[in-house]
This record gives sequence, structure tokens and C-alpha cells, in this order.
Amino acid sequence: MQKLSLRDRIKEARVSASDSFRGGKLMSSIFRPGSPFRKGYVDSPRNRSYVVMNNVLYHLHPVKVKRHGVRLSYTLCLGGLSFFLFIVLTITGIWLMFYFRPTELAYVDIQTLQTSIAFGSLVRNMHRWGAHLMVLVVFLHMSRVFYHGAYKAPREFNWVIGVILLLLTLLLSFTGYLLPWDQLAIWAVTVGGNMAGYTPVIGAQAKFGLFAGLEATTATLLRFYVLHVLFLPFIIVIFMAVHFWRVRKDGGISGPL
Amino acid sequence: MVDIPEHLLQRSAEARAKALGISVEQALAEMKGESDPTVISKEPEVKTIDETPAPAAETPAPAAETPAPAAETPAPAVKAEEKPAAKASKADTPEEVDFAPEVKVTQRLLTVVKAKPIQKAASEPVDKVNTWPHLMLPEFVSLMAMTAFLILLSAILQAPLLEEANPNVTPNPAKAPWYFLGLQELLSYWDPQIAGVMIPLVLGIAIWMAFPYIDRNPETHPSKRKFAIMFYTFFLAGAGVLTIIGVLFRGPGWNWTYPWIDGIWFDDLLDWIHFE
Repeated sequence: MQKLSLRDRIKEARVSASDSFRGGKLMSSIFRPGSPFRKGYVDSPRNRSYVVMNNVLYHLHPVKVKRHGVRLSYTLCLGGLSFFLFIVLTITGIWLMFYFRPTELAYVDIQTLQTSIAFGSLVRNMHRWGAHLMVLVVFLHMSRVFYHGAYKAPREFNWVIGVILLLLTLLLSFTGYLLPWDQLAIWAVTVGGNMAGYTPVIGAQAKFGLFAGLEATTATLLRFYVLHVLFLPFIIVIFMAVHFWRVRKDGGISGPL
Repeated sequence: MVDIPEHLLQRSAEARAKALGISVEQALAEMKGESDPTVISKEPEVKTIDETPAPAAETPAPAAETPAPAAETPAPAVKAEEKPAAKASKADTPEEVDFAPEVKVTQRLLTVVKAKPIQKAASEPVDKVNTWPHLMLPEFVSLMAMTAFLILLSAILQAPLLEEANPNVTPNPAKAPWYFLGLQELLSYWDPQIAGVMIPLVLGIAIWMAFPYIDRNPETHPSKRKFAIMFYTFFLAGAGVLTIIGVLFRGPGWNWTYPWIDGIWFDDLLDWIHFE
């Protein structure tokens, strides 16, 4: 028998350990058949189907997609990136909630977050720039859909849901804008709320409902906080689920042109 | 009939040729209807029973001629007797076998219903690829790129935090978030009752949502829907210009300012404006 070098023996041991782990009961219970993380995955058409079919992502993606749809230049991933930014914002937002009280202390909490908490500044920046990016990406996604004529039959209703999602995105961003409770926040929200006050007939009521009073106070802060962290995310997730479901039911990606 | 693409036809002809053990060309010809389909005989061997075959005409006679109640009693006996007869005749004259009554008929073939999907799919064959890896890998890469970009941006640009909120001190100018600045700019031109509500809400949201129902042109290619493309591009340009004016060209008192002369009043990018 040929004597193996130390490096080869280490490699052999590593491979066999990896195989017995990946083929073990634990990994088999976690990953369903066809998963590339299971032992013995080979790149075959059957396994490629299984990767999607036996995966929670099967709710998002079909096993096969139209060839022109996977070209990056067709969608620029804008819809997927909108969803991804929503997830990033949810994660960073939950993290920020640990350090934030929607009261007179809000401003102090943000200062503390930025100066005394590990990664506080970074996570706050990610949440804020991510929110701006999401508004932009959602808008670009809508433009992409428009220019491809992807709102046409049978996708008319999904466009309607998409516009609702854009409005919800704007509302989420707007309610979040007040939370740092600094001069920028309160006056931007005052300007925005006054715009709502120009609504005919119900203008005064709309403004009162938005501000929880006649002007932006800590009552407004609490109201926007609850809308921002609970109510609007709840609503937007429901509409997103319908949106993604309709994408598949309406025949997947539109086109080709 | 839908035209099946040549490469799909070729692939299924190969599969058929393999299954039936014939040449690909022959399978292809069969599928195009140019030659008779190959039939593989899979009929089981019929055991011949060494008994005198009963006349075939006798079989339906008892049921047809005898009144129904009377026939019920002798029927099993007759059928039991005929069991070997039927099988024997099957061996002799295979074509008549189907019409001979079986002894224990529990089910029989009424009609052949051609298989159809329950949903009417009027789709043509489409060129498709596996989602894994052709879609999921680019998606994953773009998510990673977006994450990297966001982290980098957050590391470089500090989110603004001005003095604590003070309802008694109004900044000049007071600007809305950037995505509302086009609207704010519009508000400064007209009576707020018109600009603030009629334009953005009624026109904006209602027409926007109803757009697919207004635009009944089924074409998707840009050259065949020039008006729609133009409409959206005008909207995009208008919104862009108004927003840029609101962000860069409006200073104290909402007066026109030039960013390169008077500076920028846009606190959202405070850190970027005073970037060192």
C-alpha cells in the first residue's frame, strides 16, 4: 500500500468526517432530499428540481423559469432586492427597538445608541440608508415593470397590489422619519402632515388622526412608532405575500418582449 | 395545432426510440405522423383449455329471450358453464373475444376518455431553465452585493441627527423627506387645496392603480406602445426634476438657490454635503 503524505491523510480524514456528518441523521433531518448540503449531492436535472421543490423557496420560485427571465438585464433583480431590503430593514429595525423608547427620551436614546452601543451607529445607518434605498428600488422596480408592459393581462391586479406596496413603503419610511425625534424629523413630518391636512372635506380630521393632536408631539411619536414597527409591517407582509403569489399564478416572469 | 420546437421534438423522439428499441429517425417519423406507430404486443398468453367449445351464439340467448325474473336463477349456472368456453374461443378467434361475456364482470370498459388537464392550458412550449442554479445563484450574488454596498455606505455616511425636536423653533427651510419633495415643490406653485390633494391623490393614486385597466393595448413591445412609454417617461422626468429642484435648488423661504453658489439645504445628506 502506498504511503500517504500527511497532507493527504488530513484531507482524507476531513472528507470522511464531512461525509459522515453530512450523511448523518441530524443533517438528513434538517435538509430535505436534493439539498446540496446533503451527502451525495450530484449536479443532475433531477437534483436541480429537488433543490427548489423540497425547499421553502418553492413558495417563491417555480422549478423552472423562462430563460430570458434569468438574464440580469431583464429585471435587474429589482423585485428581489426590494424584498431583500425589507428583510434587512426588519432585522436592523428589531435590533434598534432594543435601544429605543418612543417618548421624550427618544432623542437621548438615539444619541446613546450612536455613541455608547457597539455597532449602534452602523446599524442605525444601515436602517436609514436601507430605507431610502428601498423607496428607490421599489420605485425602479415599478418603472421596470411599466417599461416591459408587465402590468398587462393577466397581471393587471398585481400592478394594483404593487402600487399599494409602494404606498405602504412610503408610509413606512415616512413614519420612521419621525422616530429620531430631532429637528429634521419633527419638521419634515410637520410638513408632510400639513400636506395631508389639505385633503378636501376630511383634511382636518386626517391631520388630527396622523398627529394625534393639532401638531407633532410625543403623542405623534408614539403613534408613528406603533404604525412603523407593528401595523404597517403587518399590512405590507400580507400584501407582499399576495404579490408574490400572484406573480406565480399569473405565469411567472412576463415577456419576452 | 401548436408547433413544437425542433429540439424538443428531437429530445422526445430520442426518448421514444430508446423505450421502444427503434431508431431515432423512425420515432421522429412516427411522431410527425409520417409512418405507422410501432406497437409492442404485450398481450398475455391465453391458456387453451382442452374442452369442447360452446357455440358462441348461445351466450346471449338466455338473457335476451327469457323474462328477467326467471333468468336470474339460472344465470349463474349458465355463466359458470361458459367460463371455459369463453376462454377457449378467445384462443381460437381472438377478435370475438371482446364480445363474449365474462363470468365475473366487476367492471367493464364503457368508453375511452382522452386525457385532458383539468385546467385549460393554452400555453405554447417555452424555453425554460432550472431555477437552481440559473436564477438562484445570480439572486444570491446580487443580495450579497447589495449587503456589501449597504454596509459600506453605512460605514462611510453618517445618518443625520440634528438638535432635539423643538416645536418652537422652525427651521428655514423646512423640507419633507426627499420622496415628498417633488410634491412639496408642486405645492409651492398652486393653491394647496388643488396641488396637495387633487394632483397627487386623485390623479396619482387612482389613475396609477387603474392604469392596467385604462391601457387596453395588449402589446408589450416598446415600439408598439409609444404613447404609454412616453407618458411614463414624462412622469418620471417630471417627478425627477421636481424632486431635484426641491432637494438642491430650494433654500430659506423656499426661494430659488444655486447649490454651487448658496449651498445645499438638504439635511438628509448632511454628512455627505459636509464630507471631508
